[in-house]
Amino acid sequence: MASVFEYAPAPESRSVVDIAPSYGLFIDGEFTDAADGRVFKSISPSTEEVLSEVAQAGEADVDRAVKAARKAFEKWSALPGSERAKYLFRIARIIQERSRELAVLETLDNGKPIKETRDADLPLVAAHFFYYAGWADKLEHAGFGASPRPLGVAGQVIPWNFPLLMLAWKIAPALATGNTVVLKPAETTPLSALFFADICRQAGLPKGVVNILPGYGDAGAALVGHEDVNKVAFTGSTAVGKEIARTVAGTRKKLTLELGGKGANIVFDDAPIDQAVEGIVTGIFFNQGQVCCAGSRLLVQESIRDELLDSLKRRLSTLRLGDPLDKNTDIGAINSAEQLARITALTEQGEAEGAERWSPACELPSSGYWFAPTLFTNVTQAHTIARDEIFGPVLSVLTFRTPDEAVAKANNSQYGLSAGIWTEKGSRILAVANKLRAGVVWSNTFNKFDPTSPFGGYKESGFGREGGRHGLEAYLAPSSPEGER
Amino acid sequence: MSTVDARLSVFKTYKLYVGGKFPRSESGRVYEVTDSKSKWLANAPLASRKDARDAVVAARKAFGPWSGATAYNRGQILYRVAEMLEGRKEQFVREVAEAEGLSKSKAAAQVDAAIDRWVWYAGWTDKIAQVVGGGNPVAGPFFNLSTPEPTGVVTVIAPQESSFLGLVSVVAPVIATGNTAIVVASEKSPLPALSLGEVLATSDLPGGVVNVLSGRTAEIATPLAAHQDVNAIDLAGADDVLAKELEIAAADNLKRVLRPQPVDYAETPGIERMTAFLETKTVWHPTGSLGASGSSY
Repeated sequence: MASVFEYAPAPESRSVVDIAPSYGLFIDGEFTDAADGRVFKSISPSTEEVLSEVAQAGEADVDRAVKAARKAFEKWSALPGSERAKYLFRIARIIQERSRELAVLETLDNGKPIKETRDADLPLVAAHFFYYAGWADKLEHAGFGASPRPLGVAGQVIPWNFPLLMLAWKIAPALATGNTVVLKPAETTPLSALFFADICRQAGLPKGVVNILPGYGDAGAALVGHEDVNKVAFTGSTAVGKEIARTVAGTRKKLTLELGGKGANIVFDDAPIDQAVEGIVTGIFFNQGQVCCAGSRLLVQESIRDELLDSLKRRLSTLRLGDPLDKNTDIGAINSAEQLARITALTEQGEAEGAERWSPACELPSSGYWFAPTLFTNVTQAHTIARDEIFGPVLSVLTFRTPDEAVAKANNSQYGLSAGIWTEKGSRILAVANKLRAGVVWSNTFNKFDPTSPFGGYKESGFGREGGRHGLEAYLAPSSPEGER
Repeated sequence: MSTVDARLSVFKTYKLYVGGKFPRSESGRVYEVTDSKSKWLANAPLASRKDARDAVVAARKAFGPWSGATAYNRGQILYRVAEMLEGRKEQFVREVAEAEGLSKSKAAAQVDAAIDRWVWYAGWTDKIAQVVGGGNPVAGPFFNLSTPEPTGVVTVIAPQESSFLGLVSVVAPVIATGNTAIVVASEKSPLPALSLGEVLATSDLPGGVVNVLSGRTAEIATPLAAHQDVNAIDLAGADDVLAKELEIAAADNLKRVLRPQPVDYAETPGIERMTAFLETKTVWHPTGSLGASGSSY
């Protein structure tokens, strides 16, 4: 489709970030090699260029890191809350100062557009640390008893879709409440967590309070299963979440899980169409759709289906896919070859099952992992693409006639993480929001996040909340008499 | 024992309580319930896995109306349970004394505390949302509100020892917030739980909100822990080995699990038994803008 405007390239400079050729594990305040000397490469998914070689944690390293965290726990948990708060405020400030550098790094390692890392990920990361810093000396007022206590060592495993933001969601509340941390970033995006380790050093954080172990699933499993871990927090797939729930069964480990989703974005016939289209685009194409709370099912009222789809297709034709470092880019690279293969397989299945596929004319770069924005129409609830989480820029369009039907279809999912409602009628928003079995509901907006706002799922989207006062609970033992040690 | 001219008493047939009705076990099985000195008290239904599945269907059917009832209404009904119990106190004192081998005065203290616990939770129904929910001051033009909602259908493995006070202490918090429950009664001492069903049936509590099963705890709890239409499980009355097995089975659809822990049921509870079976829903609403000329001052 010919564009009225041609965009000149507007690349963000790579020079603000200095990526070392190799990185170690971060244990007890030091960067160190893996016990067995293993390393793996982190590549840029938009170019397949090797960015750095990173030490790969194994079971022995997990044990060493948990010991360091255990040792650090005694002093860290005994610090006055106001002192812990100041460390977190320092970290928040250093993140703000280094945010351009971290945004470029994240875009290189993850493949997402600089527009998103610069304007969404990094501001939210800093805000999250700032928010939980303030809680550290006010925990007795948080509603978890008069003297809530930390749990001990937290083992945390995070995904690749928002590497630094998921780190912040995990580490900030854990430290504020007096726990110490061993965190495993995803194998495709280890770099920003290692830069965070450096920030911990700059902030003067005591050794062992935060330990970072880049590695694969085996390291995550070793961490989750380690007998001296008191708390397990995981964000990732529902299948792995269930495996973790089985692993911690019968132990005293406290568990929170933030898992998959198949969010319904419901558009009623009185919705402001242009705003709804923007919300649909944000809902499923933000971060290439690699978002657990993505609005991956569009439920549109039958009477406006054609009008809405025309507008949506027109809008999708204007999205710019390409160099993630270009400030004009809307759609970046898919995070890995493996994820690209999964998206490709699921969309092929969508076609095979009879849904109708559409993508705008869109030239994909010759190297790297790319997937054009894709719409499926004539989708039924039985289709795989309406049930399984695709975790890619793929929208399945279904229709409904009545609000009851919309609610029934929205809730017809094993998941229950997010949902959207588009209508001008306030009472309908409240009635529908009330009936949706989902942890986060966006009315006339989508994919909004804030450190004060609890986030997490119903049903098989997991349990526990991250963010807000609610997010403290995952890291605290209530001060009930029987809970005293 | 009775003298020759004393009236021959009428024994009670203890039955399950499922969907507001009092069925026998579909299996036709019963087991002997004895007191602490092994004296026969009654036969109790030995519920089967089919009874458990029927109870899930009843609890699921009741969930919509019960969770949709006003919190005030739920509070009224829980208070009504206390009223009904007060009137049948003597029966429960006798049953608890026999079940737990307690003196009459100690059993009476248990029953009094159980009645008071219903009153305590009756008062919570319309307060818990204010305590654990609320507005969130997000950095943007949005009204953002978090509200607790019931998790759904909850399996409750009632405590094995505290056959009535313990039972009430684990059931009341589950239904106070709008969940529905399938209760697996104390295996050895199920009679107070089965009698509680009779009280609930006459307290305006809709059928299916609480379902009471008696029998072998492991036999009934295992299919319930694995059931795909059960959303949560309270393992209070499971021993360590069973609790681990049930928690593993519960992972299959990510049930919320409350692990067994030492509890003094005589103490005033905290709110953890309620929050364990609550979800938090957060809704974002744009606040809009009145624009440049929008000031109404």
